[in-house]
Amino acid sequence: MQANENSSRRNFVKQTSLVAGGLVAAPFLSRANFFSGASDTIKVALIGCGGRGTGAAAQALQSKQNVKLVAMADAFRDRLDDCLKELNNDDITDGNGSLKSKIDVPEDRKFTGFDGYQKAIALADVVILTTPPGFRPIHFEEAVKQGKHIFMEKPVATDPVGIRRVLDAAEIAKTKKLNVVVGLQRHYQNSYRELFKRKEEIGDITSAQAWWNNDGVWVKPRTAAQTEMEYQMRNWYYFNWLCGDHITEQHIHNIDVINWFKGGHPVKAQGMGGRQVRKGKDFGEIYDHHYVEFTYEDGSILNSQCRHIPGTMSKVDELLVGTKGSILCGAGTIVDAKGKTLYQFDRKTENNPYQTEHDELFAAIAKGEYKFWDAERGAKSTMTSILGRLATYSGQVVQWDKAINLNLNLQPSAYTWDTKPQLLPGADGMYPVAIPGVTKYV
Amino acid sequence: MKYFVCTIIFTIAVLTTFAQNPGDKKTFSSYTTTIPGTTVDFKMVPVPAGNFIMGSNEKDPQHKPDESPQQKVTITAFWMCEHEVTFDEFELFYEDQSLSVNSDVDAVTRPTPQYIDFSLGMGKQGGFPVNSLSQHSAMMYCKWLYKKTGKFYRLPTEAEWEYACRAGTSSIYYFGDDSTQLDQYAWYKTNSENKFKKVMQKKPNAWGLYDMLGNVSEWVLDQYDENYFTTIGSNASNPLIPPASRYPKTIRGGGFDEQAGMLRCAARNKSLALWNRRDPQIPKSKWWLTDAGNVGFRIVSPLEQPTPEEAEIFYKKY
Repeated sequence: MQANENSSRRNFVKQTSLVAGGLVAAPFLSRANFFSGASDTIKVALIGCGGRGTGAAAQALQSKQNVKLVAMADAFRDRLDDCLKELNNDDITDGNGSLKSKIDVPEDRKFTGFDGYQKAIALADVVILTTPPGFRPIHFEEAVKQGKHIFMEKPVATDPVGIRRVLDAAEIAKTKKLNVVVGLQRHYQNSYRELFKRKEEIGDITSAQAWWNNDGVWVKPRTAAQTEMEYQMRNWYYFNWLCGDHITEQHIHNIDVINWFKGGHPVKAQGMGGRQVRKGKDFGEIYDHHYVEFTYEDGSILNSQCRHIPGTMSKVDELLVGTKGSILCGAGTIVDAKGKTLYQFDRKTENNPYQTEHDELFAAIAKGEYKFWDAERGAKSTMTSILGRLATYSGQVVQWDKAINLNLNLQPSAYTWDTKPQLLPGADGMYPVAIPGVTKYV
Repeated sequence: MKYFVCTIIFTIAVLTTFAQNPGDKKTFSSYTTTIPGTTVDFKMVPVPAGNFIMGSNEKDPQHKPDESPQQKVTITAFWMCEHEVTFDEFELFYEDQSLSVNSDVDAVTRPTPQYIDFSLGMGKQGGFPVNSLSQHSAMMYCKWLYKKTGKFYRLPTEAEWEYACRAGTSSIYYFGDDSTQLDQYAWYKTNSENKFKKVMQKKPNAWGLYDMLGNVSEWVLDQYDENYFTTIGSNASNPLIPPASRYPKTIRGGGFDEQAGMLRCAARNKSLALWNRRDPQIPKSKWWLTDAGNVGFRIVSPLEQPTPEEAEIFYKKY
């Protein structure tokens, strides 16, 4: 896509609206949605006010542009309140001073419940989508429909139906020239960018390895007054409709790096996994380890492992092996086939990629440029991780073409506090867990 | 200023009026402790009471303004661990299933799980120093060790650290002024290949302390004060700048990725908010630091042990 470097942002937005109006059936664009008022302030809405949403909002407000947080939405009022309190803390930034002057969220622009996102999105020029990933497809769809620029966290879906919705909306976002950045932040990290530039030094990539092995994450115990829906929403990491299992929620970062360097996605996967330690009713349905062999179209293999077991070796890294050498991503090193260093990234020049994502996104928006279309890439890497999950859950070889077209929709029939999610606990409080060889996904 | 000095005097009073443990009085020599219920042990070496000239001389070409005016400082006796706290040691605390995680109410609570592997592939088990943790995490480890062993542990004060590092010398490094000899004593930019190493592989100082310079730099107790030497004044005894804010706190000794200048006995470093810039969540972790791979710590235990009440009051401040 060509950048509109000469047009001001205001003009750009107008053009975008017109273009979009011409191409899309229901453009849903009104002048009020864009840079209304006298100033050139870029208005931001935060959808999903947890720890990562708070972090992303702070980074948006610290980008060099004239940015203001004007609306917030979260399923839970307490999460929204905590987030706003943190953002108003004097020492919120890494030494850049308070963000208070950039926050303008009065009571009537705080939205709670499942449908608050639509109203918050309508008030902004740029939206930050940082809820649990199960909601990403509907939130992304809505933001694209309303013609907003978007920062959305990874993963971008938890099931193939969600992936297809994101891919469809991504195409519309392209025609509308909406900038979309996905929080696969290694793409915005100096060391990875430098390694990528030099990937030819290792020749053709013939195999790769990826690791996300660590202790795991938080657990939120059930409380007495919760409906099943509220419990799953609070303890969301352990339910696939919300999280996608940790192979999707975290390990996507490493899998995505391999897709990036390979310039494509695997065509099939097989693997194994289970839960050896993550037992009991607090842990929903997700596994604590997955090991997947992904095969790319050219026959090269990615061996991917992720584990959430305390007290075991921890490693979060990627390795690419080529015909002439290897790239060790975490170390920032390229070596030849004999192990001799060809390139070493200087750690002193590393950036904060979480900040860079927002710096680059908001700079493009301020200049009226169309520079970022990460949604398709994010969706395909998310799908790769889901492919891995289908393989470990079923114990079968799973083909990409078949998996991405599955009518597998993990979402509840409706988003209300009284709706029963698809997965429910048994009489003993335990949730059914996938069993390889028995569970059928394909 | 008056208020400030009073605060210090109060703190010193707390530190120096610790009740004596009769068992410790008879012999002031090194001892080895096995962490109860494990096979992991560590050796504490005696650092005798005495005084020394703290800071650096303006004639040292690498001298920095925050290292002077040099002052005579008196230190009471303590033990210091011969090595930096290792991952193996810290892991016993970090994985202690009897403890809560990140509790706001429990006296001793464990760090949250590491979001990524903060050793960045440099090494963990088998004697590598623990790294990338906050001063709060380091002090919580000390508190845990106190509950486990019954012996009071804490970080050294900045003055205790420099006194122990110098080990009776007054030169730029504890082996003299010639930085080309550093390779025998320390892991730093020139010889580390940008990685920290297992502890105790280089020569120790005269008091038997390894890696005081280089490998990982070390948290001390003090809030960083750029005018430290005028604040403590002349003839200070056991000075300590009490905690006031999260940043900046003082770090000593230099790390594997730093040049010889930062490995001088008098060199001072300070913590920055930037050291947690790559924590994607807010509030940011109070346990782990995303951008401080060269920061670890070392424990000390004062010869005059505090009463349980005094220890409790002390730990609450950190």
